[in-house]
Amino acid sequence: MSTMSIILVLIIAFLAGVDSVLDIFQFYQPIVVCTLIGLVCGQLTAGLVLGGTLQMIVLGWANVGAAMAPDTSLAGVASAIILMLGNKGVSGVNTAVAMAIPLAVAGLMLTMLVRTLSVSFVHFMDAAAKKANFRQVEMWHYIAMVCQGLRVAIPAGLLLFIPAHDVQALLNAIPSWLNDGMTIGGGLVVAVGYAMVINMMATKEVWPFFIIGFVIAAINQLTLLALGLLGVAFTLIYLNLDKHGNNNGGGGNSNTGDPLGDILDDY
Amino acid sequence: MAEEAKVVLSKKDRFKAFLRSTLILGSFNYERMQNGGVCYSMIPAIKKLYKSEADRAEALKRHLEFFNTTPELFSPILGVVLSLEQDKANGADVDDSAISGVKVGMMGPLAGIGDPIFLFTLRPILGSLCGAMAISGNVLGPILFFVLWNLIRGIFMWNLQEFGYKAGSKITEDVSGSLLHDVTRGASMMGMFVLGGLIDRWVKVDFKPIVSTAKMQKGTYIDWSSLPSGHAGVQKALELYNNGQGLALSSTKVTTMQNIFDQLIPGLAGLLITFLCMWLLKKNVSPIWIIIGLFAVGIVGHLIGLL
Repeated sequence: MSTMSIILVLIIAFLAGVDSVLDIFQFYQPIVVCTLIGLVCGQLTAGLVLGGTLQMIVLGWANVGAAMAPDTSLAGVASAIILMLGNKGVSGVNTAVAMAIPLAVAGLMLTMLVRTLSVSFVHFMDAAAKKANFRQVEMWHYIAMVCQGLRVAIPAGLLLFIPAHDVQALLNAIPSWLNDGMTIGGGLVVAVGYAMVINMMATKEVWPFFIIGFVIAAINQLTLLALGLLGVAFTLIYLNLDKHGNNNGGGGNSNTGDPLGDILDDY
Repeated sequence: MAEEAKVVLSKKDRFKAFLRSTLILGSFNYERMQNGGVCYSMIPAIKKLYKSEADRAEALKRHLEFFNTTPELFSPILGVVLSLEQDKANGADVDDSAISGVKVGMMGPLAGIGDPIFLFTLRPILGSLCGAMAISGNVLGPILFFVLWNLIRGIFMWNLQEFGYKAGSKITEDVSGSLLHDVTRGASMMGMFVLGGLIDRWVKVDFKPIVSTAKMQKGTYIDWSSLPSGHAGVQKALELYNNGQGLALSSTKVTTMQNIFDQLIPGLAGLLITFLCMWLLKKNVSPIWIIIGLFAVGIVGHLIGLL
């Protein structure tokens, strides 16, 4: 890998780390970082396919309240680097995906560490606030963000310094039954993300929508976009009919008026 | 105070707060969570509204209290807080506990709206649509994902912040109001619909064991020995096969376990695996163990010829 590629990969890794705590620009999602790493290393297609595949797995990973999901950013960055060093192109994607999972867990430890470290930063902010020192409050906020960036950039840098032929030798040592098995496992693992999302959203009111979606998707001519549009149409019809029912004084209103409570309590 | 000119936060000031609010999670910590980010977002406004060091120090301290919500839904709260701080700076009787009360009172319900809309509907849907494009090698996938997400989120956040600023403290009543309620319900319905479809398409299971091998009747399969030789034979065979619509390729019909599942309803096996995962998650099994377990099932299943 050229020096230029290494520098660009490190910048991408740093930004992914910062955005993974911000959770706002979604730059850190695999579909974006893996593609960019592929681009700067001259293996765009491999990075793109890895990004898409990994994206399907991390769909349901989200930090809700104080609960923490595995670290998507390190998973994307590190598996992309492994894919680039392995130099196997698209055929190396499945192995890289399987490697991303333990990396996501390791990344979770690192981000927890930085979030604990940030406790002391906000105490410094308290001290700065007493003196109405705006610049110091801002500075500690930025320092916390830099630490989050480094928590991905440093492991990425370490990975880059493992000689490429060692990575290739390691990847070649993986027997084909293990590789095929992991590919099959990858097809199953997607279900975990969906299960997490369903557990968060499911209520009695919305289950019928799930059933309709599942049945209609069996029609292969429908693209995902078409499915999305059908979903919008069904939802609008339901909401409008529901409103009419209420206006006409139809007493059988099944809504509790508490969407949050429904979502949390239903299970 | 009355003779002094009123300090008003201009649109530019509000926009500065909007830009800074995207970094609200920057100093997320386990003690007071997003407090540093809230304070950071308020700094330009505090600078403009308060001139004495004591007032400024008070204001900074006020916004270093515990805070936590969905980052996209911080905007309406920020709008309200900006308008309250502006009233306070202009001498209105807004005490500290009112400002804290608005923040704490809104952050819970709004997180309950923001998580389903952004984390459980918009991101999974954009992610899977664009992810599918990326897997097929289409560079538009990641570009669309990034641009659409930030466009939708940006417009949503700016408008909600302005709405909060204009409505002031009145918005607190509207949090459980009908519009946002409908948006949340609609998002969950839409989300469930698309999830149903995604499970059908993307959870890939293929049960290999052969259930039956039946000899087919003569004339329903291609009789390879009677075909003309050379490329004429290939052409004839393809015509007979007719993209799978015509004659079968071999004289025996193999039915695998997967065929039987698919005859009930396509994607049933994937659905059952998803339900199993949901059940395990509810039993508080860590998602990481489930993922590792499924990889193990894939490898073992492949070795014994099940998958």
